[in-house]
Formats: sequence, C-alpha cells, structure tokens
Amino acid sequence: MKEKNAYVDDLKNALLGVDRIKTSEIFSEVFSQYNSFEFIEEIVMDVLKQIGDGWEKGEVSLAQVYMSGVLCEKFINEYIPKFKFSKKNSPKIGIAVLLDKHSLGKSIVSSIVSAAGYELKDLGSGLTPKSLVDLAKRNKLDIILISSLMLPSAMKVREVYRMIKDENLDIKIIVGGAPFRLDDQLWKMVGADGRGKSAYDVIELIERLV
Amino acid sequence: MNSFDRVMSSLSFKEPDRVPLCLLLSLYGAKEMNVSVKEYFSKWENIVEMQLKMKEKYSNDCIYTFFYAAIEIEAMGGEVIFSPDGPPNSGEPIIKTNKDIERFEIPKVKENKHLGKVLKATKELKSKVGNEVPIIGVVMSPYSLPVMQMGFEKYLNLIYFNPNHFDLLMKKNEEFCVQWANAQLEAGATAICYFDPLSSPNIIEPHTYLETGHKVAKRTLGKINGATATHLASGIALPVIDDIIKTGTQVLGFSSSDDLDMIKREAKDRICLLGNLNGIEMVHWDKPKVEKEIKKLIKKAGKGGGLLISDNHGEIPLQVPERVLLEISEAVRKYGKYPLKEDDGNE
Repeated sequence: MKEKNAYVDDLKNALLGVDRIKTSEIFSEVFSQYNSFEFIEEIVMDVLKQIGDGWEKGEVSLAQVYMSGVLCEKFINEYIPKFKFSKKNSPKIGIAVLLDKHSLGKSIVSSIVSAAGYELKDLGSGLTPKSLVDLAKRNKLDIILISSLMLPSAMKVREVYRMIKDENLDIKIIVGGAPFRLDDQLWKMVGADGRGKSAYDVIELIERLV
Repeated sequence: MNSFDRVMSSLSFKEPDRVPLCLLLSLYGAKEMNVSVKEYFSKWENIVEMQLKMKEKYSNDCIYTFFYAAIEIEAMGGEVIFSPDGPPNSGEPIIKTNKDIERFEIPKVKENKHLGKVLKATKELKSKVGNEVPIIGVVMSPYSLPVMQMGFEKYLNLIYFNPNHFDLLMKKNEEFCVQWANAQLEAGATAICYFDPLSSPNIIEPHTYLETGHKVAKRTLGKINGATATHLASGIALPVIDDIIKTGTQVLGFSSSDDLDMIKREAKDRICLLGNLNGIEMVHWDKPKVEKEIKKLIKKAGKGGGLLISDNHGEIPLQVPERVLLEISEAVRKYGKYPLKEDDGNE
C-alpha cells in the first residue's frame, strides 16, 4: 500500500499538469486502498497547500491554481456521497465580487474552500457595497470573502466595512486578489479582517476568525 | 534632445541625455479634463487634447493612444461597462459556446466606429507632434483577448481541453490583431504595445505558454509592420524573458515583482525594459518614497540605456494623485541624467 506522501506527490503532479484522467485514477486508487474520506481530504488539503505556497512563491500559475481547485472540488464532490459524509459545521460564509465581473478569483476560492469542507454561498459578481451588505444580512453571514481584480473594486471594500460598522453587524471581511497582493497595506486600509494571498490562506483565515 | 530621439536612443541601448519617462496615461486624461471616463472616451478630440497636455505637464516622453482594453470587445459587438472611478470593463462574454467560436467574425477595422475613434486620435496626434514624440498604439494579444471574449474560466478550459477550437479562435484573433496593429501604424503610431498578460508565468505556466501564447505571439508580431513592445500588465516576465525575446519584440513591460538586477542582466542589449513602478502602491506614495523608487530603478536598470521608466501595469490608475506624477517626473529629471552618478542610486 502506498504511503500518504506518495499520493500527495502524485496528485500534485497530476493537478499541475491539469491531467483529469490521472487525477481521477489517483482518487479512485486512494478510495479503494484506504476507504476513508478523511484520508482523501488530508491528501487534497496537503496538495492544495503546496500549490498555494507555490503560487505565493511565483512557481505555480493562476491557471494551475484554478484548474487544481476545479478538479479537486469535482472529485471530492463525487466521493462525498460514497461516505455519507456531512460537511463540517461551517460558519455562514458568502463570497462576492464588487463592481466588476471578473470572477476567476471567486471561482478559485470557492473551489478550494469547498474542497476543504466548508459551505459557501455565492453572492455573485458586479455587486455594489450596499447590495453585498444586504445579501450578507439576508443570509445571516458570519464571514464575507471579497475577491478583487481591479483597484476601484478593492477600494470599495472600505464602504462595505463602514456599512457593517454603522449597522453594528458581526460580520468579518476577508479580501484577496491582485490589488491586495500588489499593495501589502491595502487590506488594512480598507478595513478588512484578513487578506488571503492564496486560496489556501483563506481556509486558515476562516479557521482563525471563527 | 527631443522625446523621440531620447526614446530611440534608449531602445538602441545607448545613453541619451536622460532616462526616458513613458508614463502610460490613458483614462487619467478624464481626471485632467475633469469629465467622466465615459464622456472622456466618447470623443477622440478629448484624447488628443489631453495627451498633448499631459505630455507637457509631466515631461512625458510618449503619447499613448490607448483608450481601454474593452474597446476591441466593443468593436466586436460586445458590451462595455463604464464606471466612474476605473477603466471601462467588458460585460457579458460574446463567446459562450464552441459554435460561437465557429460563427465569430472579426470586425472590419477601418469601418468600425469604435476603432475609428482611436485611428482618428492617432492621426491627429501624429499631425501635431510629427517626429518629436513617439506615439504608442495598443492591441490586446490574440492570446489574452479571449479572457474578455469568453470569460477567464471558460477560456482556461478551452486552452487545456479543446485544442481545435482554441486554434480556430487564435486564427481569427491573430488576423484581427494584425489588421488592427497595422491600421494604427498607418495612422501614425510609432510602435505597438502588445498587451499579453496571460503569457506571464503568474497567469499561465511556462510550458503551456510555450505551446500556446508564445507561438501565437511569434506568428502575430511577425506580421505587424513596425516595432512592438510586449507588456505583461503587472505579471512577472523574468522566467520567460528569453522566450519573449524570441518572439521578435523590442520592448518588454515588466513587473514590480520582477527582480530588477536579474532582469536587467538578462535584458541587457537584447530587449529594452519598460517599467516597473507599482501603480497600485503609487496611490499613497509620498515624495521620499517616489525618490527612493526612481533612484532604485535608475541605479539598477538605467546603465547603458535600454530602460523606459513607466508604471508596471500599462495604465496609471485614476486614484494616483497628480502630485505623485509630478514628483515622479521631477525625480526622473533630477536623477536620470546620463552619465549616471554612482551615488544617486543609494537607497
């Protein structure tokens, strides 16, 4: 029987090569050998963390991060019913893009956070700060994840922060995306509670904030 | 020495009178004119007026006829969304299925009213500046354009899993890109900036780039009848600099995240660098920070020419204060005089 680290290496290589067939074979092999969802989840989380670290170091591309998340989410969701697995007791989390329609970052984070077992409500793209806060209230969210590609939409997080404070809501804000990577101070300036440099960072921030 | 000679000298890896400053000011013209972004881009005459004004005000060494990236999508019949505080964005994707790729027809450049505005502005600017100032036109690379044509996620799936339709879309986009670039050159542009953010290793891994975007760039740039500058719009360039040079481009727009010493070493006498001031951070720079950044850039990359100072994204955000741009201009004139003094670059 292969050790966990061997599966981690195999899966990482398959995901970075965007190889759907190989990825499927690895999931199938792990399932037949270990028959444990926790084991599959551990492997996936280790791999996604390594891929996230690679992205932060500039060794892994955004396309690879995205495709890895999509493939892991697909196979995790395929195997969940086989274990009658129920998701973690998740805080209520929403994810959104303010103002513009660039939703790649949102998709990446959604895939990876979902693959980690959290339930996530997709609040959409192109939202105004007010519509985002209204949606957060309506869905009784604990955390909102905001993905930004452009500077103007990143700056709008400040308005979301002010509305949350004015209404005395207990909602945490986690931001991510290009403007927050290019300017290390920006997430604090807009009032966010945390900034994810990679999608895997977001999982750690969620665990820390709740 | 005029701006044209200054830039050409640096492009030839010689030291002109000072390091050229090529601030890529596009929608910033709306701020200068005190009108909305939408109103600014509605008339090509506005762009002519503000480009000339900003060239003088900031001692800029280039004219930049870039309107906004989504203008190509607009020309293809797509929707453009204007916002008050940022660049216009493309709306709903115009390509949603493989059939749409098969049906897609490229616009006729010279008959298109949106592209026509850019061509009119270019022609008028050329008549005003003659050979005194280089005019930089812009195209989106055929490889990066589909991010707007079909959305990022669908396009990544096309690249990895649907080579036939990828090739078909590239063929059509390449034809459009070449026509659009050459029309701008005919109208008076000195060079074409080929925006190709997808080719940065930040976005696509180098081995996939070599099989896709690199081949597209080689084919496309070879058919453009003038000088080209490949710009990765904030994405890192260093890991693929050799491959980018092989596409035949003369200038490289590089990132604030690229290692300055290493990229200068790799670029030396092979490709001129354009960059790499961080346009996002620039929003809250004070004067000492401006001086520190300009001195560092000149010290590490200015020697022997081959450097055009610019922002690293290809567009100065509206949120950058006018004061910062004036201080950048002043610092370049103060510290960028050739021959460079050794101690001017001390941080």
